[in-house]
Amino acid sequence: MTGIGAIVRKELADHFSSYRFIILFALIAMVSLITTYMVGMGLKEELGSVAKPRFVFLMLFTSTGPVFSLVQFVAFFGPLIGLVLGFDAINRERSSGTLSKLASQPIYRDAIINAKFLSGVVTIAIMVGAIVLVVSGLGLKLVGVVPGLEELWRIVIYLIISIFYISFWLGISILFSILFRGIATSALATLAIWIFFSFFVSMGATVVANSLVPLDTREDPERLMRHLRVQRVVSLVSPMQLYNDSTAIIIDPMRKTTRSLVLMGPIERLSSARFRRPLALSQSIYVVLPHMITVIAITFICFGVSYAVFMRQEIRST
Amino acid sequence: MAIVETHNLTKNYGGQVAVSDLTFTIEEGEIFGFLGPNGSGKTTTLLMLLGLTEPTGGWARVAEFNPTREPIEVKRIVGYIPESIGFYDDMDARENLRFIARLNNMADPVSSPKIEEALGSVGLSDEAEKKVGAYSRGMRQRLGIAEILIKEPRLAFLDEPTLGLDPEGTTRIIEYIESLSRDKNITILLSSHDLKQVQKIADRIGIMIHGQMIALGSLEKLAEEKLGVDDKEISLDDVYMRYFQEGSP
Repeated sequence: MTGIGAIVRKELADHFSSYRFIILFALIAMVSLITTYMVGMGLKEELGSVAKPRFVFLMLFTSTGPVFSLVQFVAFFGPLIGLVLGFDAINRERSSGTLSKLASQPIYRDAIINAKFLSGVVTIAIMVGAIVLVVSGLGLKLVGVVPGLEELWRIVIYLIISIFYISFWLGISILFSILFRGIATSALATLAIWIFFSFFVSMGATVVANSLVPLDTREDPERLMRHLRVQRVVSLVSPMQLYNDSTAIIIDPMRKTTRSLVLMGPIERLSSARFRRPLALSQSIYVVLPHMITVIAITFICFGVSYAVFMRQEIRST
Repeated sequence: MAIVETHNLTKNYGGQVAVSDLTFTIEEGEIFGFLGPNGSGKTTTLLMLLGLTEPTGGWARVAEFNPTREPIEVKRIVGYIPESIGFYDDMDARENLRFIARLNNMADPVSSPKIEEALGSVGLSDEAEKKVGAYSRGMRQRLGIAEILIKEPRLAFLDEPTLGLDPEGTTRIIEYIESLSRDKNITILLSSHDLKQVQKIADRIGIMIHGQMIALGSLEKLAEEKLGVDDKEISLDDVYMRYFQEGSP
């Protein structure tokens, strides 16, 4: 652990005093607050004259505001936090000549990369935690409903998955900052991979599904199922999809499956709706456990690759 | 007593030889001038001695420690100023030095008086509040010397510390380096192209060309060997150029 504390301390001070962090945090906090306010006002109006359903507090996170829900917003813009915090983590040290100086101090070389990642994760945790707390506070005031214990647990789990998810993107950006000497190059590469996973994987999933299991006629439900399965498997390549699936089930107890297609006739649907019950927290976790484990695993794998590459690189001042 | 010792130290990058069978010693307390053209393997040697890169062959000992296996012990007793010295530009001189002190496990109450003393020694007390980004190259080099003073190492590796400095700045840095040796008894390994300044302060000189140490000894000894004179007025430039022209032995 030699030296990690000193580097983490310095990195945290750098993060919290940097303009890029302040701007990003202000932007995300502003959008979150506006979304929560709109959603909260909507819920207050809709539920004013009826008995409030269970888990109304969680609706603050799942209900769609002016454009998107809070959960959707974090899924889409959360990666930016990780990318912005890490895209120049190593190559800036290298270009300013401080990397060789750091490495020549009595610390293990891995203390540098560990401290960079750790300080990024702490920053992400503080940032996301603060936003969730502020949103919850505003929600309490607007909706006037105190969250139950299960709701709190669901929010905590949502928070943990979100921290891991954003840390995955931090890991990606740190990896690029090791691989690319130019800061602009690593920034572009991180943006490109974010755009790829955000937009192109879902498009690619449709293309792959169409080519592997073309839908000539919609009358063959088995074929349709196979088509959708292929599309789903391909889309799970995207961490965004994994995160969306995990959080959607955890934060919305009424959702019982990650699949978008439920094969049920209209009569069956009506009849089952009368007995609709929310999933218990343990059951929700069970449904998305593979997704959550995968999000955590890819975060560690990504950091592991960064670690291995960094440790193999030679550190020179020029 | 030798504080640095290498035996057949070799470093290859793929098929390219950066350092080849390097064998030499540096005695405790001496100033060792490490000369050679660009790409001759001086920096690679320093990196191997610091444990920042692994040798392909041979071995090195720094104060009896093996830099490859015991890098922390080596780095604890070695101060290093790299060729392109880096500081955190958005921090002032004190903050930069405090960070280095923390990395050396020095508590703030212990490091604070040392920082003030070091800044005073290199004439940066009045500029200590300024962000290092606004420092001139000479000031940055002086701050590098202050870093070494804080660390109080037994040995200092200085890689081109006068590169890009004006004559006055060069003289000043050379004086500081000399005082590190004289007042603090720090052994100095000085890599430089500034032969006049090296001649002024170095006790012994090593000349590297193409990864090999082709000359090693005092200036008088080298002059006698290569030029056949033992004249005290001989300049290191003449000796160096003779070795350089002849290339490897």
